[in-house]
Amino acid sequence: MNTYTRIVDNGVNVAALTEARDALAGAPDLAQFQWRASCQWVNGTHSRSEVEHFQGLGAGQSHKRCFRFDADHPEIFAAGDEGATPVEYVLVGLVSCLTAGVATIAQHRNIQLNSVRASICGEMDLRGILGADPDVRNGYEGIHVTFDIDADATPEEIEALVAQSQKRSAVYDIITNPSSVSVEVRQ
Amino acid sequence: MNCSVSSGLRGRTAVVVVGAGQSGLACSHYLTRFGVEHVVLERGRVAEAWRSQRWDSLRLLTPNWQSTLPDWSYRGDEPDGYMGSAQVAQFISGFAAHCNAPVEEYTSVLGVDSCTGGYRVSTDRGDWLCAGLVVASGAFARASVPALASALPAEIDQLTSHQYRNPEQLRSGGVLVVGAGASGVQIAHELARSGRRVSLAVGEHLRMPRRYRGRDIQHWMQSSGLLDESWREVEDLARLRRLPSPQLAGTPEGLDMDIGTLRAAGVETLGRLAGVAGNSLQFSGSLANVIKLADLKMNRLLDSIDEHIESRGLPAGAGGRPALTTVGEKPRLAIRLATGEFSTVVWACGYRPDYSWLNLPVLDGKGMPRHKGGVAELPGVYFMGLPFMRRRKSSFICGAGDDARDIVHQLLMWLGQPVEACLQAVSV
Repeated sequence: MNTYTRIVDNGVNVAALTEARDALAGAPDLAQFQWRASCQWVNGTHSRSEVEHFQGLGAGQSHKRCFRFDADHPEIFAAGDEGATPVEYVLVGLVSCLTAGVATIAQHRNIQLNSVRASICGEMDLRGILGADPDVRNGYEGIHVTFDIDADATPEEIEALVAQSQKRSAVYDIITNPSSVSVEVRQ
Repeated sequence: MNCSVSSGLRGRTAVVVVGAGQSGLACSHYLTRFGVEHVVLERGRVAEAWRSQRWDSLRLLTPNWQSTLPDWSYRGDEPDGYMGSAQVAQFISGFAAHCNAPVEEYTSVLGVDSCTGGYRVSTDRGDWLCAGLVVASGAFARASVPALASALPAEIDQLTSHQYRNPEQLRSGGVLVVGAGASGVQIAHELARSGRRVSLAVGEHLRMPRRYRGRDIQHWMQSSGLLDESWREVEDLARLRRLPSPQLAGTPEGLDMDIGTLRAAGVETLGRLAGVAGNSLQFSGSLANVIKLADLKMNRLLDSIDEHIESRGLPAGAGGRPALTTVGEKPRLAIRLATGEFSTVVWACGYRPDYSWLNLPVLDGKGMPRHKGGVAELPGVYFMGLPFMRRRKSSFICGAGDDARDIVHQLLMWLGQPVEACLQAVSV
């Protein structure tokens, strides 16, 4: 019998991820990660956050460089619009997490991706954050993601990629399930 | 080192089998066939779990013709029907009698420890010394309850799928059923039919039509070889061993027990129960995705059945597919308990074994067995009846025979010497 192996390259090192999964399954201590960001108020609703260091594999880790993110509100809120709004960063977090998942899972399933585009929108009733109606929540009422994927796969295989990506996504989990949040003020 | 004598010695035997359900008895059958002296210890009567841990209306997920044990099969006149638990108990008791299995009923195992040359099995009726041990006490001995159960207010009744018997047992009021495996969907459906207001919290689940292309789905699962798939051949065995049971039911009408059927019966579907905050239950926003995953997975299974049918030219009906599940209205994400909407929560979150009596280093950090195809790391110790232990059908009644034959072969190889010699080596 001839075996035919399709060479698929989505730029994801699946072997390393599989190795990591096997290694971390037996070493729960090393699997404990902590992600960090710091934020400095600039002026008005404008702030600048930085992401550089994190903890994982039993040691302190760093990105290749420090990443900076400006956040602000748009001009229609009488703000300076020096950056994306924080709620937009949440959308960026979700859609980039799902997209990374699609690429990883496609690589794992031997599916070549030609292009992946995703758009995301979240509906929000502003009366919530303005305190105008106590029955309206502050956050999104709903979030909707649309993927356009061109890949060497059947429509069902592509749907399965996207479904599995949601199943394995950290940000999807953070948004769809409650997390406990504690906020304190240093004295 | 010798074990200390804690109570009277009941006897010595080559092999002790713990549990007289289908798995333990199938092992006993092969041990007898190969002339290995043994005893089967059972805390209650033969097939006790089928007598005392099942709800009244429960029926097997597999049709009667599929209930087979070594040299023993269903002989009634409804091969396509589904046995109730009393019938299952009768079927298994018939097998025990047919094999003349050496069962010691009403004998609870209190502990198992290593001792020179083997194991000491302490029971409430004296201790057994043995060279080999088969743990067949049931993979579904305990109903799992999530930690957040303890955060529910006291005015809400809680019971597990093991404690549930029938709708009349519950206080009046609405019911939240947590879990959409076979148990959860059947209980939710029965409660809704009885006129209760029922909500079902749905996490990842397996959808499966009762019939496909003119046959019971189990016919195709068996004839395509899926049920015989070996633990050595499959990818991601750990995941397969954790799968929930499929949404099937053995109703006389042949109902598909899926999300669509439940909604038609008036059951509200919610996301996975994710948390209790203050006086509110919180449900995950992932319902649409778990429904999608289940539909995709079901269609992949049906694709593989189609392939099996076409490649062999088997007689079969048309291949109409069950309709895809609609996402429906936006599910509620939080429910305030103070409104009194629910009087009862039924936990149907799956099952796990109870090895609290097994004082041997054969369990992982979560109390689950560490084993390779049922063979524990400790010499002479074997498991039976675990999900996908050696085959996809390992935890089915029809899977007990093949697994028992394999495990007894392993045991014989390990004993590797005349059983008499092994017996003499076991000492107190």
